[in-house]
Amino acid sequence: MDRIPILKLGGALIVTIQVDMHDRLALALEEDLTAMIARTSARGVLIEISALEIVDSFIGRMLVSIAAVSRVLDAETVVAGMRPAVAITLVELGLELTGIKTALNVERGMALIQARLSEEDDGHESDRDRHEN
Amino acid sequence: MTVTKTETLPVRSGDDVVRVRQRVRALAVEIGLGLVDQTKIITAASELARNTLDYGGGGDVCMEIVQAAMRKGLRLTFEDHGPGIADIEQAMTDHYTSGGGLGLGLGGAKRLSNEFHIESTPGSGTRVTIARWK
Repeated sequence: MDRIPILKLGGALIVTIQVDMHDRLALALEEDLTAMIARTSARGVLIEISALEIVDSFIGRMLVSIAAVSRVLDAETVVAGMRPAVAITLVELGLELTGIKTALNVERGMALIQARLSEEDDGHESDRDRHEN
Repeated sequence: MTVTKTETLPVRSGDDVVRVRQRVRALAVEIGLGLVDQTKIITAASELARNTLDYGGGGDVCMEIVQAAMRKGLRLTFEDHGPGIADIEQAMTDHYTSGGGLGLGLGGAKRLSNEFHIESTPGSGTRVTIARWK
């Protein structure tokens, strides 16, 4: 079965969705990401979707669900690179990406995650293991 | 109004939903819809195809290029022979779902289309037609 690769960069996990999502792929991604967050103690998940020609309620639900599970595991989800036509359509569809931060592109998305990482490092420097970055 | 092209595809698996999206995109490009309108009709088609699959137990989609006066349009008819919808008004309400979905499919598809028509008979099936005009 196909799987979407997940990259680790510092304290963040990066996923770029390049294919037309179908059910099994979406479920596999959710499982893989969850396992990977637990294994790597990642604090941020960046999902890059600039290749997606549409986001329907099925993919929207997948993103919201990934963000919810990630949050429980103390990682923040940022969706980056949504096409303008997709954004317009999402609003009209009535889909709210609850609990998801969005960024215009990967660079800004990583900046959001890095900001969270360094904020926490500052706050917990004395009592947290600094094994990341 | 005349129909200048007709294609039918099955909607019986998740892969079929992907195929429907691809064909709808090709037809939307063929009639010259702009990028935003293409995205809207593909998204609406995706919602309805998934409804056909998840709630109707599978069915078919008929895709037509229609011509009225000087305008071209894309008309899609999703038909299943599933349990049907007893209360269409309720099913059209945002966030109402009889299954595990978000409940945006029908209302969302209506907002994303220029024309929307639904008929359903409990016990014999549902037919949803949408159109987007250039």
